[in-house]
Amino acid sequence: MIDWFSSIQIAVAILAGVLCLIVGLTGRTPNDYTLGATAVVELLLVVQFVVALIAPAAGNQPRGDLLEFYVYMVSALLLPAAAVFWALIDRTRWSTVILGVACFAIAVMVFRMNEIWLVQNA
Amino acid sequence: MSTQSESALPPERTRRPRIAGIGRVLVVIYAILALGATGRSVVQILHQFNDAPVAYSLSAVSAVVYIVATIALVARGAIWYRVAWVTISFEMLGVLVVGTLSVTQPELFNHASVWSYYGVGYVFVPLVLPVLGMIWLATHKPVALSQLPADETAQSETGATK
Repeated sequence: MIDWFSSIQIAVAILAGVLCLIVGLTGRTPNDYTLGATAVVELLLVVQFVVALIAPAAGNQPRGDLLEFYVYMVSALLLPAAAVFWALIDRTRWSTVILGVACFAIAVMVFRMNEIWLVQNA
Repeated sequence: MSTQSESALPPERTRRPRIAGIGRVLVVIYAILALGATGRSVVQILHQFNDAPVAYSLSAVSAVVYIVATIALVARGAIWYRVAWVTISFEMLGVLVVGTLSVTQPELFNHASVWSYYGVGYVFVPLVLPVLGMIWLATHKPVALSQLPADETAQSETGATK
């Protein structure tokens, strides 16, 4: 993983989480902005996944447990997708809050993934 | 606590209304925690089980309990309501006991688990969640069929889903 990219990703996920939480708590159903923000979080995860696949070949070896890393990676990839899917079916304000919760969870998971790759066993 | 779930009516005459509103957020947080605990537990058992068999077995048990609690919150029926109470109480007990032991007897729990240090590795979600879960259960008891809104009754009788 690349430290600065992970930092941007965590920041985007937190911003998206705050946006969805505020919009959700003001009573809006999922809209283009909240779904779009979650989609951006998902897109960055896909980029991160590609980075993680290529990085070892480019000399950026993980320090930590690669299995643990990929358990986080795969769970993280599923989470915003599931939240968006939920939001498209359940058109209530709470689905917007759920988008926010998923984004916050991604921020935490990317932080952990970054730690596994760059800090664990260092 | 179990007495709260035992209504005067026999279980087959009661229904739990479909979980809605902010309760759905609770279920999602439970599901994410279950996912996280399960993933971590699988990794611990596959790679480092012999380092701390007790701590990692406990991690696995807690992961299963989170999964069952998630299902019990969503599933309808008075029995699931009781299952929800049992699993959520177990989580509360687990996070308090393991959390306290990890502070007073760190040598027993020097390997990370969901409940170590009151769930600090999971942003204290494991400490807060059982409380919210209990509040939810206490305020959303199963109700008699006759007291349900007509559409809910119709849905639960036909098993129709929207």
